[in-house]
Amino acid sequence: METKNNWKAWLYLAPMLLLMSVFTFYPLINAFIISFYKGFRPLQNSIEGFTLLGNYLLILRNPLFWNAMKNTFVIAFISVPVSIFLSLAIAVGLKSIPKLNKFFQTIFFLPYVTNSIAVGMAFAVMFHKNYGLINAILERLGFAGRIDWIGGTSSWWTQMVALLIFTVWESLAFKILVFTSGMQNIDKQYYDAAKIDSASKWTVFRRITVPLLSPIILYISITSMIGALKAYNSVIGLFGIKLGNPSNSMITIVAFVYKYRAELASPGYYSYAAASAIILFIITVVFSLIQGVVSKKRVHY
Amino acid sequence: MSDVFVINEKAYRAKKILSNVASYAFLTLVAVIILVPFYWMLLTSLKSQLLMEEIPPLLWLKPSQWQLSNYSSLFALVQSGPRAGSPLFPFFTYLRNTVVVSIITTAGTTITTILAAYAFARLNFKGRDVVFAILLGTMMVPGEIFILTNFLTIAKLGLYTWDQTYGQVLIAMTVPFMTSVFYTFYLRQTFKQIPNELYYAAKVDGTSDFGYLLRVMIPVASPTIVTIIILNSMGAWSAYVWPAMVTMKDEYRLVSNGLRGAFTDTGSGRTDFGQQMAAATLVTVPLLILFFTFRKQIMRGVSRSGIKG
Repeated sequence: METKNNWKAWLYLAPMLLLMSVFTFYPLINAFIISFYKGFRPLQNSIEGFTLLGNYLLILRNPLFWNAMKNTFVIAFISVPVSIFLSLAIAVGLKSIPKLNKFFQTIFFLPYVTNSIAVGMAFAVMFHKNYGLINAILERLGFAGRIDWIGGTSSWWTQMVALLIFTVWESLAFKILVFTSGMQNIDKQYYDAAKIDSASKWTVFRRITVPLLSPIILYISITSMIGALKAYNSVIGLFGIKLGNPSNSMITIVAFVYKYRAELASPGYYSYAAASAIILFIITVVFSLIQGVVSKKRVHY
Repeated sequence: MSDVFVINEKAYRAKKILSNVASYAFLTLVAVIILVPFYWMLLTSLKSQLLMEEIPPLLWLKPSQWQLSNYSSLFALVQSGPRAGSPLFPFFTYLRNTVVVSIITTAGTTITTILAAYAFARLNFKGRDVVFAILLGTMMVPGEIFILTNFLTIAKLGLYTWDQTYGQVLIAMTVPFMTSVFYTFYLRQTFKQIPNELYYAAKVDGTSDFGYLLRVMIPVASPTIVTIIILNSMGAWSAYVWPAMVTMKDEYRLVSNGLRGAFTDTGSGRTDFGQQMAAATLVTVPLLILFFTFRKQIMRGVSRSGIKG
């Protein structure tokens, strides 16, 4: 590494940097510029002027946006902790069994490699009022009245429960795998010491596993929070392009962005899409910062 | 004294067995919950319209009750409307498009990733750390922000027109996704583990930097590169938003796009769940085949990239 390879290094970086200049860096800057346009017509490429916060204020006054915010936050704040807790429990379970370890791991990983539109549609059939598995099971357990989870007479609550179940189901795979391989790296002598002290399982989990996994738990909670804030494919898979019943009741921030993006003919709508995408970006950054700062005191490296 | 130990030993064993049983029971329950949606998808796809509408639904079918008419009807030609003459669900067209897009994108991504990872891992140049930090920073940005302008760029380049050709669609679908900061970072870590001595030895032998990359770095890092290729090529299967956005004609779409929205009769608003699940099964099976073929590489790659990221 002694010699400076200036021009040569840039040559190696050129393909990536050229592509990223066109499709990453320029779009990032341009998204801000579009969000300041007034009456932007994307297909004619014409504008009627500029506005600093006009588009942002319009979005913040749009009830649909607040509906999207509410849904997105409910998804993120419930599905992320639940799936982290569940996948930790599953990883601990996997660690404690002597056999069939690989077999279970393989099954648990399946949701990661499947298409969320296809599986979302399968969940939609499972939650169907008359033909669905969920109501069939509930009926056998003695709950008589069939619930309309996601159909024409369903409520926000039942739809959200269905979406959360699907989201958690989908997001377990990656977390289980990462936690399992993280646990393999924990030194066995900690557990041996705990065994000598005859510590209970819960104590071992709280005092050894969680603290030693904390860097990974932090990483996973930040990435899955970012992922959950961008929920979209799961909503399309489960509810279709109507986004719930009545239409748009299950809209998320990303779905809001795409809804306004698609209205190419309406002047100004593209700028609403850009402004709402930037709001999403800001929310993402704020969350990552908060999680980083809060966890700094609690993460053991 | 020894009695106490024996009793403790017995109690310990009993406890151990009990907790093992509890663990297996818990994991089995989770496994069933993970598998049930796949089962329901397959089961529904094999039900006839009559069995489909039974309430409460049948939880299993005898092999004699299985029927493939839902699958065959997916390939029946549409009689009227804008899509007349093409199959109800042109799975093989979508499949071909998806495979082609996946191969082109992966080839491009692999090349840009290897070159960039090499520069970051092996070459010393001014501004390296700054550039690397900026690249990592872009990973925080939601993709929706890029998509807005990228669509306009594609339109300005004349790739999104009424008489769009297959070549134009392929460029639009692949070129914007031919870089990956994440894989560059991942491969750089592997490249860095290759000892410097090899590099100096090659230099003494008069090997050029590029020759060294081709003949030493790439072969040594091939497990990582294979993982990147597999994980990246699976991406095209779940791509939904972008391919729908830049394709003008139905015949250019990818598997995810054709799936949602179809199978609902616009007149009555009724959905044919049997056909829908047959299509979902067709889309899911190739992915599962890919997964079981490369299970080790996929799971190792995902877990490593997860920890190191």
